[in-house]
Amino acid sequence: MKITNAIVEKHGLKPEEYSKIKELIKREPNLLELGVFSAMWNEHCSYKSSKIHLKNLPSKGKYVIQGPGENAGVIDIGDNDAIIFKMESHNHPSYIEPYQGAATGVGGILRDVFTMGARPIALLNSIHFGSPNHPKTKSLLNGVVSGIGGYGNCIGIPTVAGETKFNSTYNENILVNAMAVGHANKDKIFYSKAKGLNKSVVYVGSKTGRDGIHGASMASAEFDEYSEDKKPTVQVGDPFTEKLLMEACLELMKDNSIISIQDMGAAGLTSSSVEMASKGDLGIELHLEKVPCREENMTPYEIMLSESQERMLIVLEDEREKEAKKIFKKWDLDFVVIGKTTNTNNLTLKLNNVIVGDIPVESLASKAPVYDRKWLKTKLPEKTILVKDLKKIKLEDALIKIISSPNQSNKSWITDQFDQMVMTDTLQKSGTDAAIIRIHKKEKAIAVSVDSSANYCKAHPNTGGKQIVCENWRNLISVGAKPIAITNCLNFGNPENSKVMGEFAECVLGIKEACEFLDYPVVSGNVSLYNGTNKKNIHPTPVIGGVGLITNINNRINQYFKKDKNIVLQIGKSFGQLSQSIFLEEIYSITDGPPPEINLSNEKNNGLTVLKLINDKLVSSVHDISSGGLLLALTEMTFESNLGIKINKPKNFSNLMEYYFSEDQGRYLIEIEPNNLGKINKILAENNVFNQIIGTIQKEYFEVIGELKIKTNELYKANNTWYNNY
Amino acid sequence: MNSSIIVFPGSNCDRDIAIAMEKLNFQNKMVWHKDTSLPKSDLIVIPGGFSYGDYLRSGAIAGKSNILNEVIKVANDGCLVLGICNGFQILTETGLLKGVLLRNKNLKFLGKDVHVKAVNTENKFCNKYEKNQVLKLNIAHNEGNYYTSGEHLKELEDKNLIPFKYCDENGSINEESNPNGSMNNIAGIFNDKKNILGLMPHPERMVDQVISNNDGINLFTSLLN
Repeated sequence: MKITNAIVEKHGLKPEEYSKIKELIKREPNLLELGVFSAMWNEHCSYKSSKIHLKNLPSKGKYVIQGPGENAGVIDIGDNDAIIFKMESHNHPSYIEPYQGAATGVGGILRDVFTMGARPIALLNSIHFGSPNHPKTKSLLNGVVSGIGGYGNCIGIPTVAGETKFNSTYNENILVNAMAVGHANKDKIFYSKAKGLNKSVVYVGSKTGRDGIHGASMASAEFDEYSEDKKPTVQVGDPFTEKLLMEACLELMKDNSIISIQDMGAAGLTSSSVEMASKGDLGIELHLEKVPCREENMTPYEIMLSESQERMLIVLEDEREKEAKKIFKKWDLDFVVIGKTTNTNNLTLKLNNVIVGDIPVESLASKAPVYDRKWLKTKLPEKTILVKDLKKIKLEDALIKIISSPNQSNKSWITDQFDQMVMTDTLQKSGTDAAIIRIHKKEKAIAVSVDSSANYCKAHPNTGGKQIVCENWRNLISVGAKPIAITNCLNFGNPENSKVMGEFAECVLGIKEACEFLDYPVVSGNVSLYNGTNKKNIHPTPVIGGVGLITNINNRINQYFKKDKNIVLQIGKSFGQLSQSIFLEEIYSITDGPPPEINLSNEKNNGLTVLKLINDKLVSSVHDISSGGLLLALTEMTFESNLGIKINKPKNFSNLMEYYFSEDQGRYLIEIEPNNLGKINKILAENNVFNQIIGTIQKEYFEVIGELKIKTNELYKANNTWYNNY
Repeated sequence: MNSSIIVFPGSNCDRDIAIAMEKLNFQNKMVWHKDTSLPKSDLIVIPGGFSYGDYLRSGAIAGKSNILNEVIKVANDGCLVLGICNGFQILTETGLLKGVLLRNKNLKFLGKDVHVKAVNTENKFCNKYEKNQVLKLNIAHNEGNYYTSGEHLKELEDKNLIPFKYCDENGSINEESNPNGSMNNIAGIFNDKKNILGLMPHPERMVDQVISNNDGINLFTSLLN
């Protein structure tokens, strides 16, 4: 078949990219080869627009065993324990087919983690939907939530934390990001780099079908009015098979049979084999007639580009085939040697011993295009709103309106659809600052949280990028964990638009600055571009997934008030910055102005001091102040007990709304016993940490002296009603 | 006590229950679904999870597996059998327990802590609980809505074959405290001879104060009694 311009375009390749292909292989590719190129060179697999920015992110540190570039990042948490984790997007497929899109997103990220030798111990998610009033939102929401639950519940990994947000920017392009965290022994970590000549390349797992062909290319293009037609590019998940595959792989990993292992994710057999060969500086020869197929007469093109789920590629040590095969047979999975490593440095595809494709590996990987796209800086917006000019609202009405809004209301109607307890190591579930998972049979734990702030990132990407790292860091501190490292999932619009490219570049820069300052390296990540429909791009939505370490589980802490008459202190200073706050958005529909400023030095100092107070056992509860400000944070501390609080009126603020709803950064609330106040003040003074007494815990009532008095269970009710009426 | 824990492909609470029971000094053996004989056991446990992916119907394929034939034989001879969650579903599929588990009334998976009342304690599995003790246990299921014939339901009530019912934190058994729509708020049932117990909540998740509470412990210590 002659490759025409139309065929090239259909494969998502630009004319100049096609010329580059011809130049690299010194001839015209056939259709199969073109398909392989399109699978490897699309944005999703090649990171061609993002690479030059990502390389600036800090990825090294004393706890880092493996940074970006592998299936997932690996950190050292001592005692031969390693934590392996990564986050990934499944935005496009989830919009087209919410249940399967979300389910396979979970499946894919789990494979990235157990491929490296880890038993997954926790799942997290960050999901963004359009306005609740948009006709599609409800069904997308229900589909995505059941898809996430359906996969995680069945495979038996607890889904322990996440965030769900609504904003009309996602009306036509929702975001579904899933994160998986696993535990491995530090001396038993598996990598994707192939080594040695003539080693068997083994295909294990499910059979290959016609689903998901060109999935990665679909995910690298904007949506239009024909998006529905892309349904066949969405993969279908089978968590049962994944469970078998996981157990079989972990069983095989107990001995030393595996040289290299790679899951077949985006771009399936193509990317997994190229990845292994490229990292090992080898060639790979595949005999496509040997690939187990679900359907008859599948062509080499379909086999190489299928994104059927629950499959792995393994390079095995010599003479280990028999034993390995036995394990996969026990779990009723296919195990077929489909090829071998070679010294040709080519990806050689054969069908019944006839070569049907032959491409230098480097042309698919290291020589793939890299773009330094034009990008525009976003100026810091000016403050346009003076709160004193706004129509007055009662403090109580504002609080109730905010806590009962879709974005701020309790999300247990989502988390109740997830098994959070299976594996019986979940020390703290979702709905808190961070979930806590015990390391199996040990006295230590990890804390995990995912965070994003698209409104801040939209207003000023550089500040927004810094803020999300800080917020994530703060959430881990708030449960008593030392933040160790992050993964990220960078969801943006069309990179060919220089405004969008600028949002990307500046968010990444912000992430870099904050991570460097907080000593919080990025060990893995994923980029999802082209989120938008018909030229309308989503708000820049980078999502941060952080992992922290709690060396002694008795030092963990949560946000709920513990004792009547205890004092609540605020750590960090309030400035009254209301622009980009939930308050202005929910009450006045005002969404312009600059995001709150980030002072990294205060952030670090305040956080480390709070962590010290926790480890010294001087605090009874801790909560960070984030979206919604002081009053919302205090409200959240009253849930789960019958305790309320009597809150003092501010001395230095003439405007109560600025005081109670501003989203100034670097702030925490801590509950302390009155007799510890002196000791705590001393530590705070020694560390130069600004603090002030906010109020005193009392039974039953949430009260701001002279302004409002309301029963805590009324607040709880208001916080829990939205979904029931949706 | 010698216990056998049956492991199907797709079981996912097998490790959890093994750990809980080891902690309470049971001698566990893990028995693979393809095995054709059972080790000598005083108790057989069918754990939660998604056996064979719950394809066709929850528990349907496991109910026809090799090892279940053996379980049915010894159960009929009086061996103690405990089926939790998917294990309960499997027991109803084999006919060892009557009735069926339908989809939850809200048609959604439910993973949360609920209150359960130990309404009948004079049996092998519950004798360490006080009668009408209110427990907090975790549920995690899609199909936990127990349904049976009117005649069988009457028999269950009359013969004290219902050890656990869903209730609220004060012990009231009513529609509001029924998470999944089960008839008469049933959370677990016995067979006639009370040697086979199926229940939806997970007692093995409630044996460690650090992660939850100790409300599940007495189910296991009752068996040792």
